[in-house]
Amino acid sequence: MLSFLLRRALSSVIVIFCVISITFVLARITKGGPFDKEKEPPPHIKEALLLRYKLNGSVWEQYTAYVSSLTRFDLGLSTRYRDWRVSELLRQKMPNSFALGSLAFVIASCAGVLLGSVAAMRKDTWIDRSAMFGALVAISVPSFVSGPFLIAVFALWLGWLPVGGWGTAGQMILPAICLAAPYIAYVARLMRNSLLDVLKSDFLRTARAKGLTETQAVARHAVKVAILPVITFLGPLAAHLLTGSMIVESVFNISGAGMIFVNSIQNRDVFLLGGAVIVYCVLLVLFNLFVDVIYTLLDKRIKLYA
Amino acid sequence: MPEAAAPAQIARPDGWQVLKRNRAALIALGFLAVLSLVAIIVPILLPAGLKLTSGDSFVPPSSEHLLGTDVNGQDMLYRLLSGARVSLGVGLVGALISLVIGTLYGMVSGYAGGRVDAVMMRMIEVLQSVPRILFIMILIAALDDYVKEWVDGWRLAAQSNNWPWLAAAMNDLKAYSKVLVMIVSLGLVEWLTMARIVRGQVLVLREMTFVTASRAMGQGSWGVLRRHLLPNLSTIILTYLTLTIPAVILDESFLSFLGLGIEDPAASWGSLLKDGAQVINPLESKWWLLVFPALLMSASLLALNFLGDGLRDAFDPKSGE
Repeated sequence: MLSFLLRRALSSVIVIFCVISITFVLARITKGGPFDKEKEPPPHIKEALLLRYKLNGSVWEQYTAYVSSLTRFDLGLSTRYRDWRVSELLRQKMPNSFALGSLAFVIASCAGVLLGSVAAMRKDTWIDRSAMFGALVAISVPSFVSGPFLIAVFALWLGWLPVGGWGTAGQMILPAICLAAPYIAYVARLMRNSLLDVLKSDFLRTARAKGLTETQAVARHAVKVAILPVITFLGPLAAHLLTGSMIVESVFNISGAGMIFVNSIQNRDVFLLGGAVIVYCVLLVLFNLFVDVIYTLLDKRIKLYA
Repeated sequence: MPEAAAPAQIARPDGWQVLKRNRAALIALGFLAVLSLVAIIVPILLPAGLKLTSGDSFVPPSSEHLLGTDVNGQDMLYRLLSGARVSLGVGLVGALISLVIGTLYGMVSGYAGGRVDAVMMRMIEVLQSVPRILFIMILIAALDDYVKEWVDGWRLAAQSNNWPWLAAAMNDLKAYSKVLVMIVSLGLVEWLTMARIVRGQVLVLREMTFVTASRAMGQGSWGVLRRHLLPNLSTIILTYLTLTIPAVILDESFLSFLGLGIEDPAASWGSLLKDGAQVINPLESKWWLLVFPALLMSASLLALNFLGDGLRDAFDPKSGE
């Protein structure tokens, strides 16, 4: 177990390093630097700015300077929001995205597992069919369509919930549902297919023979096994949701981390972009590791080795 | 003694027969065929005046402008259908690029086996932990200016050499250079699933006797891959192609909605929705700018997903998700 964790940690560090390297190099060979404005600053000032941010010299020199500052856990300064450290900007924007993301994650996993289980237990009835049709619709309708639609119905027409913003409980409901909707569908489909396989297995026949009702048998025995593929999916999903959805944040006017990605690419704010990418990758790697550990706890047959 | 009847071998139905009985998938296929035809033909037939910008901005749907007009006074029907061309085109070509890369990668990995396979699969795992949409954004930002410059270089060269047709073509291409960049970037990023599926199939196929026979007769590795494995992979490739197209379309519209994708004068469903969302306010609803692109896009994605699911049920019954 320990050697597995160590090996995974090492390969994760390599993955993160590769992603950072590619991001940085691509961001720096992109035309247009962080200090190019419509009114071009005088050459000597631009030079001084580049020097201050260690963005002068060849791309290789810039890259090594960036990596060496990263090894000191220094994410650098934002080139757009002068005198702001990248870590400060991230700390300011992340909490909103985390709150929205965890809410959407809870909704997606709970509703998805429940819906998928019901659909599997009522296979080929109208409940199953309409649940799976609804799932396909939820997957096909992008959040920038469902978002304005939810706003139009629940905020403008019915007036039950606020249009946008962030802070009160009411403001969290619509964006969380909008963000969670396609993932409820993915989880439900996964859960349904996986549970259908498990329902055919011998240990479930035994459980029924012991006199458990179908619901009891599923709840006590089948779900524990059937949920494994879902958990694989939930790991990357958690990282994805927690780092914020750019679309949902822009539709509901929430100041979160999602917009950092978009703005930093457009502003050529290479250090802020790098910092955001690092946070995303670290979360992704951590959740994947977490999933592997949960796997062994749920299914004793799996041995961790790599 | 009565002749012992051999247990009736129930042949697994042919995939195409399964598909033919799937009504939802057939309706989806019909819808997509009609939509593609309409998107290709109707913009050519529309009166030229509708395609230009005019002073009549934000005209609600009327007999002259069936779906109303946008901020520049352009007819929404024309914008919507040329957007459909771009979105479907990007989806199809992007998915085709990912198909070529994914199929080649998967075939080589599965057929080579052993250490090569292990390394190639490990690489896929690494690439899967890369934030995909972010990577596309960065790639597009990096490539876009280079392609624009390259197209401009050709335009100037054509002008100085007096090739008006090439200059005109390059002028048109410049408006669509972002489309080109997006197609390539999306294709370069979306091939991972295809590679894994193809490899899994190759692992099964390469143990079959007809492959051994072909090898025994002196067929080289490439010959086996091309003549014997590829034909057997075709249905599964088709299935996952159909499922990749909506994913690429969704990515494209996502980027365009954020303003990082298709730009004026070109349009796609995502960029139309962005334009529609920008002018929405509770006082004066310009609903036609949002409702029509949203409906057409959602219906198309739903149809593609239905068709893809139908194909998967028909040809890949083992796979769950």
